[in-house]
Amino acid sequence: MKYIEPHAHMVSRTTDDYEKLALAGCAALCEPAFWAGFDRSSPAGFHDYYRQLTEYEPKRAARYGIPHFCWLCINPKEAEDAGFAREVMAIIPEFLDKPTVLGIGEIGLNKNTKSELAIFEEHVQMALDRDLPILIHTPHLEDKLKGTRLILDALGSFPKLDRGKVIIDHVEEHTVNLVLEQGYWAGMTLYPESKCTPNRAIDMLETTDSDRLWLNSACDWGVSDPLAVVKCGFEMKRRKHTPEQIEKVLYDNPRRFLSQSKNFKLP
Amino acid sequence: MPSKKDILDLHFMDARYKLIDLAAFLDRVERHPGEADFRLEGLKKALPILLSDQPGRAKAVLEALSDHSTSPAEKATIQYAYGAPQG
Repeated sequence: MKYIEPHAHMVSRTTDDYEKLALAGCAALCEPAFWAGFDRSSPAGFHDYYRQLTEYEPKRAARYGIPHFCWLCINPKEAEDAGFAREVMAIIPEFLDKPTVLGIGEIGLNKNTKSELAIFEEHVQMALDRDLPILIHTPHLEDKLKGTRLILDALGSFPKLDRGKVIIDHVEEHTVNLVLEQGYWAGMTLYPESKCTPNRAIDMLETTDSDRLWLNSACDWGVSDPLAVVKCGFEMKRRKHTPEQIEKVLYDNPRRFLSQSKNFKLP
Repeated sequence: MPSKKDILDLHFMDARYKLIDLAAFLDRVERHPGEADFRLEGLKKALPILLSDQPGRAKAVLEALSDHSTSPAEKATIQYAYGAPQG
């Protein structure tokens, strides 16, 4: 099944997962910068992390024939200390010209604080200044609705923003239409407990405008499944979606969005 | 497009299993000592939505389990979320 995994945190996965992805038909993989499970102690830690994303992971993925791309930012959990966050953001431009960097992400909110919001807006400006796509994380659980609304309000204050170059990820039933109605792309994340199941994601595909939707696993160091997207594709088949409809969601939609980045090139 | 019967054939057993598990969870909480907290209250508030005859139940359950405040928080005292709004 040909598909693109647009959101996977491979730094936290073993190489076995690249083999599984390749066997499953993964045509490309994109990895946003994220929280490692603990707060890094210095900007130098982020410098090493960005090297890992732009140098090491593409080589590891290439052993299995998978093009690896990445997004860069300081994630929302570590944006609460705005001074620290700005020191890290000062490092990012050094990496933006690397050949596999797609844009700025996954920025967003975590606990919906003033500092998180300020750093989010500074990232948006960084992306705008360089005409880069943006990948946005929406908060978990009870914080998601409020966070999505705050994010949408903040984005609305950037009149020159091309909404077609912004994907707001981890939508669920109560946020998907808020995102789509304002012209952004929406990502549905197939992650146990805190996000969507395959069947709920398929329900949303069937009941909303699916041209600006993608699926992802956001697999990371937590209990998560790097094959969640392709398994959702099989579930779509069980629910009588055609091969063309499945390929549209699993491959064409992410390819269309990601191709807005000059660095997104498939062999 | 699948029929209602097709959807039942595909998903009824899974839904049944989840319903029993939810009922067992409520029994389990009740059987143990001490006080419950806002999370149980939030869950119980959301449960009647399942019996609504209107579409959008999943959306309504998520909204019932959401923080509806609108102003950004002054600062984060924790990094995680609970699954139900406090207060």
